[in-house]
Amino acid sequence: MTMTDTPSPMSRLGRMMVDNPLLPLIGLLILLIAVLAILNPGVLSMFWAGNTIKIAIPLAMLAACQTLTMLTGGIDLSVGTVATIAAYVTATLAPMTGVPPAIAVALACAVLVGLVNGFGVAICRVHPLIMTLGTALIATGCLLVYQRYVIATGVLIPDFLIWLGTGRSLGLPNSLVLFIPFAALVIWAQRRSGFGRLLYAIGANEAAARLSGVRVWQVHLTLYTISSVIAGVTGLLYLGQIKTASLSLALPLDLPSVAAAVIGGTSIFGGRGGFGGTIVGALILTVLTSMLTLMQIPEGGRRILFGLIILAVTALFIRLTERS
Amino acid sequence: MKRWIEANSWTLGLAALLVALLLATKLIQPGFGASGLDSLARAALPFALATVGMAIVVLAGGIDLSIAAMMAVASVTGAVLMAGASDAQAVLVVIAVLALGLAMGAINGVLIVASRVPDIVVTLAMLFVWQGVALLILNAPGGGAAGWLRAMGAGGVPLPGLGWLPRGIVFLAIVTALIWLPIRRSKLGLRLYAIGSDPMAAFRSGVPVGQTRIAAYALCGLFAALGGLSVTMGTGIGEPIPGPYLLASVAAVVLGGVVLGGGRGGLIGPILAVFILRTVRMDLTLLSVDPNVAAIVEGTIMVAVVMFGAVLATRGRRT
Repeated sequence: MTMTDTPSPMSRLGRMMVDNPLLPLIGLLILLIAVLAILNPGVLSMFWAGNTIKIAIPLAMLAACQTLTMLTGGIDLSVGTVATIAAYVTATLAPMTGVPPAIAVALACAVLVGLVNGFGVAICRVHPLIMTLGTALIATGCLLVYQRYVIATGVLIPDFLIWLGTGRSLGLPNSLVLFIPFAALVIWAQRRSGFGRLLYAIGANEAAARLSGVRVWQVHLTLYTISSVIAGVTGLLYLGQIKTASLSLALPLDLPSVAAAVIGGTSIFGGRGGFGGTIVGALILTVLTSMLTLMQIPEGGRRILFGLIILAVTALFIRLTERS
Repeated sequence: MKRWIEANSWTLGLAALLVALLLATKLIQPGFGASGLDSLARAALPFALATVGMAIVVLAGGIDLSIAAMMAVASVTGAVLMAGASDAQAVLVVIAVLALGLAMGAINGVLIVASRVPDIVVTLAMLFVWQGVALLILNAPGGGAAGWLRAMGAGGVPLPGLGWLPRGIVFLAIVTALIWLPIRRSKLGLRLYAIGSDPMAAFRSGVPVGQTRIAAYALCGLFAALGGLSVTMGTGIGEPIPGPYLLASVAAVVLGGVVLGGGRGGLIGPILAVFILRTVRMDLTLLSVDPNVAAIVEGTIMVAVVMFGAVLATRGRRT
């Protein structure tokens, strides 16, 4: 690769987009909203905006798991399963034990899955994709077994989760009460904390990080545990939003969470990206989904589109970073 | 002879393990015999075909995460086209589905080579795409299968001298041998192993790396289509939501002695590994373990195998 030739305006633009993805992303979001307004005049309102934000929040939280793991070059495909388990366990244990112990057990399950993921990735060096897929399979099996023992106990969804999931204050969804501090914490952690910098360091060059004394396995173990806990909390929020406990509650969010992180400018190879872009990515996907629903595109078409988006964005990203 | 044993020690060990497991099955259920072996072969067939496809890609230094989704596409396409078709039309359908499998695999390969995005990301994206395609073709399990296709997987084939073999195993052996042996002996087979063990060295010795990689993924797609057809063969309908074939095939490939990263191993080991994993599952069922618990045990075994394989691969890289 030669560094001498002057960068063309095209590649400079690309460079800027890679370094600072937030501006073009917000532009894309506004464009999508405009198209939606043309397709369906009169849809835009405060209520619609609140609803879109409400739907985008669980997606953005699960995408936070993907963003953090992708920073190290990993991925966490067990988030949908973990969220589902946390929600199901909370809803079914609450009538028996009361709400706080139920939530504690639910989050303990999430921590357990995260630790297994972390163990496999950090110590056995299994590819995160295969590892998290495997734990998701095992965890789903455990959920099915668990479900047979609690099938008769009935379901109780804690009131404050319903308030958090579906309530509105001043026209804005209450879930922002959880999400704004969460987003601030994640963005602070990845930019300013030592742990966040370790994630970037490992993603950019794992060997270099190891040689500079980073205990990579400890970082991976912590990271996958944190990711699972976030997924568990998301499951609780999602339970309040959907208000039913099902065995496949958050599973449809698995793929969009990866797509949201990738669209948000986080590199799936590690070392680049951030949660700010991911939030916009989640909003874009939510608007896109409502557009597809409006045009009556079936679920299959949506999956194809999301898959192609992941592929196209990643290929574009490689082109843009290679040239500079 | 001694050197042959040493070179194939892993495969021989797997074969011994499989025999031991089958003997254990006989102890658990003294009545285990022809029909048990037949149902084992039928259950193992889609897994075995998926594993063969995965093994070819892994040998060539790649991985195909979309294999289960491609199987689903093949299964629903076959079932939808075969519903209400005559036997002769069904033959055409089978050929079309196999061509479709080749095409899907080739698309995966072309995308990997052309986009220069790592295979794991491309096939992850294509996993979603093929899943979507399968759902578009058939929203819920349905469709049908021709009678002769269903009959192909069940029952036994009397073999002179050998006694009796389940048709599933005969089908697997014939298909794999017909497709893989000529390739293994040809230039393409050598090239597959070459790009798997060192793509740079292969490129410098004049191997068309891109074309070979596309061929590997196309073969994987072909076996995925066979696997999808065998799902339809076993159930008589098309299934748009694939089973856990992805993880199972990766686990069987690793257990079968193919190194993740490519270049080393064969197809016999992975196929034996599939039957080992299936026999364990069958034994759990025979011991009247709750099927969900059996799924947990099976998943744990598969994850443990993959973990073990990863540890071995890391060790191998260091030394």
